[in-house]
Amino acid sequence: MAVLVLLEHAEGVIKQPSRSAVAAAGRLGEVHGLVAGAAAGPAAAAASKLPGVAKVLTAEDASLAHPLAEPLAALLVSLARGYTHLLAAATAAGKNVMPRAAALIDVQPISDISGIVDAATFIRPIYAGNALATVRSADATKVITVRAASFDPVPAEGGSAPIEPVAVPAPDQRSRFVSAELSKSERPELTAARVVISGGRGMQNGENFKLLEPIADRLGAAIGASRAAVDAGFVSNDHQVGQTGKVVAPDLYVAVGISGAIQHLAGMKDSKVIVAINKDGEAPIFQVADYGLVADLFTALPELARELEKSP
Amino acid sequence: MAMKVLVPVKRVVDFNVKVRVKTDGSGVETTGLKMSMNPFDEIAVEEAIRLKEKGLATEIVAVSLGVAACSETLRTALAMGADRGILVETEVELQPLAVAKLLKAVAEREAPRLVILGKQAIDDDMNATGQMLAALLGWPQGTFASRLLIDGDGAVVTREVDGGLETVSLALPAVVTTDLRLNEPRYASLPNIMKARRKPIETLTPAALGVDPTPRLTLVSVAEPPHRQAGRKVGSVAELVEKLRTEAKVI
Repeated sequence: MAVLVLLEHAEGVIKQPSRSAVAAAGRLGEVHGLVAGAAAGPAAAAASKLPGVAKVLTAEDASLAHPLAEPLAALLVSLARGYTHLLAAATAAGKNVMPRAAALIDVQPISDISGIVDAATFIRPIYAGNALATVRSADATKVITVRAASFDPVPAEGGSAPIEPVAVPAPDQRSRFVSAELSKSERPELTAARVVISGGRGMQNGENFKLLEPIADRLGAAIGASRAAVDAGFVSNDHQVGQTGKVVAPDLYVAVGISGAIQHLAGMKDSKVIVAINKDGEAPIFQVADYGLVADLFTALPELARELEKSP
Repeated sequence: MAMKVLVPVKRVVDFNVKVRVKTDGSGVETTGLKMSMNPFDEIAVEEAIRLKEKGLATEIVAVSLGVAACSETLRTALAMGADRGILVETEVELQPLAVAKLLKAVAEREAPRLVILGKQAIDDDMNATGQMLAALLGWPQGTFASRLLIDGDGAVVTREVDGGLETVSLALPAVVTTDLRLNEPRYASLPNIMKARRKPIETLTPAALGVDPTPRLTLVSVAEPPHRQAGRKVGSVAELVEKLRTEAKVI
């Protein structure tokens, strides 16, 4: 018996959170990767190169062109019998499909695990990360989503697994993809970036988020935001870092004009180095920051951009 | 077409309260804490009310599952504008699979065209019940909704996904789970709070619904997350950059 990991892909590349899920799966047994799509060839080739993947299953059908929960869950269920665990990254897509698949095989899913104790026992954050629960599953098959920030991803290259096509269940016509509006950006994805710079309510408006751009350009950083900044309409929700947004753990996290509400901290406190820039020296963000700068962000940000331009 | 909307609502520790882990690691201390409706479920109630105000929904049934005090959460939903409540009362700890099975049984009795609920509860942070309910009913799902349009026999749901938005079209009946930007929930007015006291709440049990709610996950222990040490303040932007280069070595 092996472990099946649903691999998310775009343009023939396996997404980084899925590579973290492969890393977690490797601690549970032999790993098989599942690549689904209308034309899954390039992604399957990429999956076969992931170190630690013993076999790649490809499911190709027009119904799988977009990651809709209904056909993907049916596909997982059709394959579940041969596996001890079904895993996916705890991304929007993973969270959408895995509980649906779990219910269809009468299993209580284990969401957003941040640690593995043994094959049936897992650690997961509860109460917005204010507590860590260790839970043991009594189900025959474990259905799990993996907090990508908690597991170092396997590299993209190094393996050479065989690829095997699998049958696709007849599609359910009751859900249909209409359109996607993905934010176009040259920057790395928030959950995959080595550096993240985020703005909060202190940015005052959406226009001021442009002050973060030269710094992000220089550092190769993704741009994030606190929930307060999203609620205030400064930026769209896909920028949100926090318990109700994305969980990140970059090498460097720069929090600008962010007070440090619990729900924001839950999304970034596993970052290796945290920098806080805030004019309120008493802001809770300074309690988790390795380096704190008490300053007005409107003078500090242009200065930071200039300072970074200087070669070390 | 008459459209009944079912809105499941969960009683949770109020989101402004910081919970503490019990010293023996057996769980989280909840005794005496302020309890409220799960914020994502408030958004679900609000969305249902807006559908009714637009003449698209005909009746809103709120349902809550758990201890007797969940009737308070139902009263909140009724005060916001739900028409009646159903309490599925049990002392058993309910996990999402059991909740989904109980809600399926309720849905089969009530025959709603739409179920709207929060994408996740802020206590167990599972983000599973809506997807599981949709699976058990064999209905399509529109999770993490930031926009919901009802159009005849279908629902068009715009979803918050990684990197942006995705729009799906679902045949009704369907399950929709709410994300933050769907709407801003209203506060119940005093007259409506008074009126809500007279709205009916029916009480059921898992046994009456034919569901075994036994948990599948055992809680082994609960621990505090590791604490981060506060670092130090730097005096200038130049010093910050220097430290990041030479000390932290992250840029």
